[in-house]
Formats: sequence, C-alpha cells, structure tokens
Amino acid sequence: MIEVKNLTKRYGEITAVDGISFTVDTGEVLGFLGPNGAGKSTTMNIITGYISSTSGTVTVDGSEILSEPKKTKQKIGYLPEIPPLYTDMTVRKYLEFMFDLKRVKLPKKEHIDEIMRLVSLDKHGKRLIKNLSKGFRQRVGFAQALLGNPPVIILDEPTVGLDPKQIIEIRKLIKSLGKKHTVIFSSHVLSEISATCDRVIIISDGKIVADAKADELYSVLSGEQKLTLTAEGGSTEIISEIQKIPGVQQVKKTGAETYSVEYQKGADVRRDVFSAMVRVGASILEMKSGDESLEEIYLRLTEQAKGGKE
Amino acid sequence: MSAIYKRELSGFFSSAVGYVVLAVFFFFSGLFFYNYCFLGDTASLAYVYANMFYIIMFIIPIITMKSFAEERRQKTDQALLTSPTSLTEIVLGKFFGALTLYGMCCLIFLVYAVVISFFAQPQWSVVLCTFLGIFLLGASMIAINIFISSLTESMVVAAVIGMAAGLVIDMMSYFISSISIDWIANILQKINFLNYYTNFTYGILSLVDVVFFLSVTGLFLFFTVRVLERRRWN
Repeated sequence: MIEVKNLTKRYGEITAVDGISFTVDTGEVLGFLGPNGAGKSTTMNIITGYISSTSGTVTVDGSEILSEPKKTKQKIGYLPEIPPLYTDMTVRKYLEFMFDLKRVKLPKKEHIDEIMRLVSLDKHGKRLIKNLSKGFRQRVGFAQALLGNPPVIILDEPTVGLDPKQIIEIRKLIKSLGKKHTVIFSSHVLSEISATCDRVIIISDGKIVADAKADELYSVLSGEQKLTLTAEGGSTEIISEIQKIPGVQQVKKTGAETYSVEYQKGADVRRDVFSAMVRVGASILEMKSGDESLEEIYLRLTEQAKGGKE
Repeated sequence: MSAIYKRELSGFFSSAVGYVVLAVFFFFSGLFFYNYCFLGDTASLAYVYANMFYIIMFIIPIITMKSFAEERRQKTDQALLTSPTSLTEIVLGKFFGALTLYGMCCLIFLVYAVVISFFAQPQWSVVLCTFLGIFLLGASMIAINIFISSLTESMVVAAVIGMAAGLVIDMMSYFISSISIDWIANILQKINFLNYYTNFTYGILSLVDVVFFLSVTGLFLFFTVRVLERRRWN
C-alpha cells in the first residue's frame, strides 16, 4: 500500500531523514518509534506531501506523491502533531470545510454524522473549537483525518498530552481503524506502540535501526536474556549454585534478596534455577523471565545509532 | 478553491476583522464624502476617491495579514497543503476571499452616487469608471499584501510591512520629485500607482491603467505561489 524508497531530507547541513526505505501492507498498523527529533514527523510530512524530500520516492497505492500529488493526497488522511484546526469555527463547520477541501464524494451530512459518532463528537457539533479541551481537539483532528474514508491514515503522535482515559480511547480507535485502513502512527512511547501495532519501525537520527513484527520485536532485538529472581536463603550458596547451571553467563546480586541472572539466548534456565534453589534450601518468592525490557532495548538501539554517528 | 474562499470569507465575519474593516472604510469615505460633496457643494466624487487611496493602503494589510502568516503559525497550513488542492487554488481562494470583503467596502461608493442623484445628475459613466479604478487598486494591493503575509509567521509583522509598503507607494510621487537622476525617476514614475489610479478618478478609462493593476495583481499572486512552493522544498 505504501512504499518508501531511499527517502532523504536535508535542511542545509542537517540531515533529518537519511535514506529510509520501508513498505507497509494493506490493513497493517505500523508503529513509528523514535526519540524526539529522530525524523518521525519529517518522514510523515514527506509521505503526506506537506514538504518534499531531497531525494527518494513515496508511492501510495500505486501513485507517486510528486508526480500525482492530487491523486495521492486524496488517498491519505493525516493528523499532524498539532491538529490543524481553525479555532474560530464550530466543530461541524470545520468538518464541513475539510469535507469540501478534500473533495469527498460521499453524501455530506450522513458522512460527517457518521465520522462524528465514530470519534464520539456527535453531541459537540455546535461548539467552537477554541472552547474545546485538548482531548476534544485531538478528536476533531482525528475526525478530519478520517473524512472520505481514505485507505491510508497517518497519525503523528496522536496521544501526546492526553489523559490516560483518553489515551486508551485513542488506542482503541487506532486498533479499530486497522481493520479497514492502513495506518502509520508515531509515538515516542514504546509500550503504546507495542500494544497497538502489528509492526514496529524504530528510527533514530534519521535512520531505521529496527524493523520487526510487534510480537517478535523483543526476541529479534534483545541480545542476551535475563531472569530476575527473589529468593530467601544464603546468598553465596544461591549464587554459586546458579552459576553451575549450563547456559548461565552471569549472576549478580541486585538487592537484599534479589538476583539478576543473565543467560544465553535460546536457553530457558527457569526449571534449573528452581531445582537449584531446592538444593540449597532457599525458597523462591518471585521469578520473572524479564529479559531486557522493551524500554531498555529501545534506549540501547537509539543510543547505539547516536554513538555510531559521532 | 471554493472551500477556501468560503472559509476565508466566513473567517472575516466570525472574527472582528470584517466588521472593523467595513466600519473604518465607511467612516472615512463618509467623512470625505460629507466634507467634499456636501460642504464643498459638488456632485463630483473625484476628491473622495483620491483621498481613499491613502485609507486603502492601511486597510488592506489588516484584511490580508492573517492569510498565510496565521495559517503557518497555527499549523493549519498542514491541512491545506496535504489536501488534494493545488497551491494556485489555495492562493486564489484566499485572494478572492479578501477581494470580496474589499468589494463590500467599495459598494458604499455606489450608495454615495445614489445619494448625489437626489440633488444633481451624477455622470454614471464616471461613477462606474472610478468604481472600477478603486476596485483594481484594491485587488493589486491585496495581492501584494498576501505575498507579504506568505513571507512571515507573524501577522503583526505582515501588517506592519504591508503598511510600510503602502506608505512607500503613497509617497512615490514625493520620492520621484527628490530624485535628480532622470532614468531612475522615469522608472519610478512607471510604477507609481497614483499615476494610474488618478486617471480613474477623473473618469478616464484607459487600457494601460487596467493592464497595470491586473499585472501587479497577477505578478504578486504568482510570487506567493512560488514562496509556498519553495518552502515545501527547503
């Protein structure tokens, strides 16, 4: 559905996006993850035709953004980081304006009604946008992106600044959109991406540092695996006994009764740890195969990319 | 284009801008009308039109200051530029929106002509000719000010630069008289708005004057499209 090839954007000396390539299949929800300033918004702005790339191509559903801008833009609904709202308009008037601007061919009143219901704005059509709270404004931004049911929907950090309840609502909405639309959305919150997306692309400093399915993200990305153990008993015996288990690389005491066990990728040492504890007469209070957390992986990857550049 | 045109026009009247502009325009034109036509006891609107030249230079930056500067500051230009609408359509939509508000201002002159017709017989050909003149002058000033607005993110800066530009155009004759190098003075004389405008106020309709204002309008609208295009690439 979306094909991005060797996309590069330079602002004078600064390279904001550096030769990014990826494809998104129809119906896929792609998460775009990266720290602030990594080039997420720039990439999205290029895909939607707000700015032009220095080099590289973007093809959406067979049409190229530079050679056929009108046709391509018609296929994309875009919610930028700051929703593009005219604050002097009412919600309904604004959506009618966007409907005309996007040259949507559907029946106007019914379609706007339907979209407003979808984002739970149906009771707020007559309110002025300037009087709306941040959460409601975000919904109006969402509504305008959905107008005309475009096959591709691009959302730039849609949950920033919302309260937890609103964030959950927006995530649900994104998930439900994925059934009918191809969605790209960006965030710098990893848990959000892994909870909502089919696939995740991590970018840092304008480069893709990881591209994986959301549920595989973890095993693909993590190097060694880690076990966190809380056990009651003599710590020296515990450590020496665990070290005897094949596959274990390192055991560290991290608290009064907590230990962290690093082991080779692929080896599952949980059963061995259990019997080792029985042998030394220690009781396991908690054992968590909490490998490297996703946050840690994310930090490591984005730091590596930075380090490599300097 | 029609969506942007409608939004632009309704924007003037959902804020105070539209009403303020109409009020200021009506007040000054009314003042000049009363002073020259009633106190001066004449049926000619020439003086009123001549004086409105200066008012227009200040009014138009107020109409257009928001057009692109505010869109950029509020990031609403992202909605316009990512919609299936070309830059030319966006610029024209905004131009015609502003021109319509300005047209509403100008309609008051027809009212004055009707008022005069109760006391004397106005020369309708002259009335319509001057009306066309003031409309074309406004159109070219709107184009220039939309261009200025597209260069900045602040509508205050846009308005101030627009008024400064208006002042320069106002005082062009004064500058020309103080320049002793002939060829420079000649060139400035060729772009002196007042020269072309004055003919209309005398009721002289000449193709040169019409073409001059239309060219200025077209040129600055074209520049505006180029500025937006360039920003996309940088």
